Amino acid sequence: MAKKKTIEEPAAQQRGGLFAYAPAPESPAAAGDIATSYGHFIGGEFVDSSGGEALKTVNPATEQVLAEFARGTDEDVDRAVAAARRAFADWSALPGSERAKYLFRIARIIQERSRELAVLESIDNGKPIRETRDFDIPTVAAWFFYYAGWADKLDYAGFGPNPRPLGVAGQVIPWNFPLMMLAWKIAPALATGNTVVLKPAETTPLTALRFAEICRQAGLPKGVVNIVTGDGRTGAALTAHPDVNKVAFTGSTPVGRAIAKQLAGSRKKLSLELGGKAANIVFDDAPIDQAVEGIVNGIFFNQGHVCCAGSRLLVQESIQDELLDALKRRMSTLRVGDPLDKNTDIGAINSAAQLARITELTDAGEAEGAERWSPECELPGTGFWFKPTVFTGVSQAHRIAQEEIFGPVLSVLTFRTPAEAVEKANNTPYGLSAGIWTEKGSRILWTASRLRAGVVWANTFNKFDPTSPFGGYKESGYGREGGRHGLEAYLDV
Amino acid sequence: MSTVAANALPQPGGREVLPGVAGSGLQDVAASEASLRRFLHGLPGVDQVGLEARAAALGTRSIKTTAKAYAIDLAISMIDLTTLEGADTVGKVRALCAKGRTPDPSDPTTPRVAAICVYPDMVATAKAALRGTDIQVASVATAFPAGRAALPVKLADTADAVAAGADEIDMVIDRGAFLSGRYLDVFQEITAVRKACERPDGTSAHLKVIFETGELQTYDNVRRASWLAMLAGADFIKTSTGKVAVNATPPVTLLMLEAVRDFKAQTGVQVGVKPAGGIRTTKDAMKYLVMVNETLGDDWLTPHWFRFGASSLLNDLLMQRQKLTTGRYSGPDYVTVD
Repeated sequence: MAKKKTIEEPAAQQRGGLFAYAPAPESPAAAGDIATSYGHFIGGEFVDSSGGEALKTVNPATEQVLAEFARGTDEDVDRAVAAARRAFADWSALPGSERAKYLFRIARIIQERSRELAVLESIDNGKPIRETRDFDIPTVAAWFFYYAGWADKLDYAGFGPNPRPLGVAGQVIPWNFPLMMLAWKIAPALATGNTVVLKPAETTPLTALRFAEICRQAGLPKGVVNIVTGDGRTGAALTAHPDVNKVAFTGSTPVGRAIAKQLAGSRKKLSLELGGKAANIVFDDAPIDQAVEGIVNGIFFNQGHVCCAGSRLLVQESIQDELLDALKRRMSTLRVGDPLDKNTDIGAINSAAQLARITELTDAGEAEGAERWSPECELPGTGFWFKPTVFTGVSQAHRIAQEEIFGPVLSVLTFRTPAEAVEKANNTPYGLSAGIWTEKGSRILWTASRLRAGVVWANTFNKFDPTSPFGGYKESGYGREGGRHGLEAYLDV
Repeated sequence: MSTVAANALPQPGGREVLPGVAGSGLQDVAASEASLRRFLHGLPGVDQVGLEARAAALGTRSIKTTAKAYAIDLAISMIDLTTLEGADTVGKVRALCAKGRTPDPSDPTTPRVAAICVYPDMVATAKAALRGTDIQVASVATAFPAGRAALPVKLADTADAVAAGADEIDMVIDRGAFLSGRYLDVFQEITAVRKACERPDGTSAHLKVIFETGELQTYDNVRRASWLAMLAGADFIKTSTGKVAVNATPPVTLLMLEAVRDFKAQTGVQVGVKPAGGIRTTKDAMKYLVMVNETLGDDWLTPHWFRFGASSLLNDLLMQRQKLTTGRYSGPDYVTVD
């Protein structure tokens, strides 16, 4: 019998009481090699920028610089658009079944390299590995699989026989779901026969550059996908480029508005997916435990960096106390910290700038008289962090009820009747999503038909499926992504 | 270990409720069939998709190193090591008791199990075999597993097991009565069995109430059954007999954990939970302990308030424990089969 070491006595451990979870870190090395500096991916090759100005991307959990990458110049954008234009004739002439083969191949490679992509995404973005592993990367693969299936069936998509692609799509995506937003943009564009130039966000370029490798691995014809990194100036150069036929943007409402102005009068087709201030409406007959989970998932998922986050909780006054007690109890079990720990629920805020924005708005909330609460939790010493926070006593007039915070901050408002709930839910310039919690089916239908929001979730929240269209009302944008509807944005119909 | 069940207060109308319940506004809930029904159907609904998603999410927690060692030992100490077969013999029960006392003869630091669970006619055998330990003897009763017998038979079954020395009684509810909406019958049966658990010296056997959640089918039913049993004085609520197709599942157990949490918040009375049947691996056990940890916390992380009804789970825990202590996987021949 081998000599044994003694198992440590179960002792009351620090956080989490008796049963404290030991660190369960995913290996950062699984992210694969990260180069010290990156150029663009144009015409199937990794190329240097014409400029030479470099930006840095940092790990928001440690503030360490991960890599330098090029700030795309007008000339870089021009080269990329030209490469996409050259590739367009052959790519759009391919039978749909052939384009589908490439998309299926990309989807499979994403699945095969899912761990690498999940770790890389977590490091570059700050979101927990649990989320990139269980949500982001599987969704990315699902999107490519789904649109691969459409590529040879476009005749039957309801847009008439043989619908034609638009040409070159210029796509600008945000930092909150870097690879997922890429998939939402690239998969339908390619399936319909367009070629693309995509600009990832300036704080999260790494998975897009890794995706460029995957395009090569899949043998995708050169120039069909081009990645130009950079900041807002690069994005503006791309959306303004005269040889771009289609602009797709996901990001903030002010930038979306600027793009819409820029494109006015041009022949470019535009789809915008912008901000939100979603109402999550909890009626007094809701399944309380699941509603609490839905509220938590609605606002603390991805650190609240979600355009469709359920950032306004509208709770029926009669169950306010009960619900808030349950919510606070649940929030106390959220694990904030190292994004690479497999047990972390809430990771790092993506950037210092975003942290400053969240801090400013929450300070305003307190100054305007709302009551602030956060669970006890220790935040790491370096990096960008924000405690999960709930504001009670919020009224429609408060900034935290009106402006998009884009952080782990929930504003709680109350209502007395279903009609008041609908009125308050709709009283926002945005209209991206909403949630309804009730055990009564007729109330779900009554409420949903009155909410002016692109997505209405009933007894769930933040569920995404490639088969389901997604998009906004009012200042949340126009055009739909996902499902059959998502094809239209990339077809000349 | 016995909590409040022994001290039930007589109430007007001849029914009894727990002392803790007396001040919580719930004392009249079981005054009539109508009031009990109104109460149980007024409990918040359960959204199936959301409940199952939450249970699945908790199942993804990664339990490593020291946390794993803690959880394995805790799980072993929470096992109701069970044999409930028609073929049970005195020899088989003695062997199981020996296993419960010394789960891993090669490592004396291994904790003992919480209880040995047997049929009533084996209680005396188990009791004798466990003399000198603090391992409890649990006996199923009330015409287990179907519960299809007249009340006097069920009460005699219970009293017989208690007289033979059972420390704990695992009763089954009358699912037929529950599913046909006769909640008061179920309530009264539980209170009657609780009375039958009393010993001449005034103490009382600990009462676990089995719902057979695989037969209740819906989560709403499980929540109602949980409150019904707790109001009637259950010390523990237990998922299953292990004798039907669907036994303990993570969502059902999570729902029952939420019920005991809410019951304690409202009445101050703490009730234990025992998932039983189908929990066979260390990985499964960890998932259940994570649910307890994140739903209820430290108060329930003890064999007094959480149990596993299991037989084959123990050996898998022992193999994982050996792996942690020696750094190598052993195999099924390095744990005893009893």
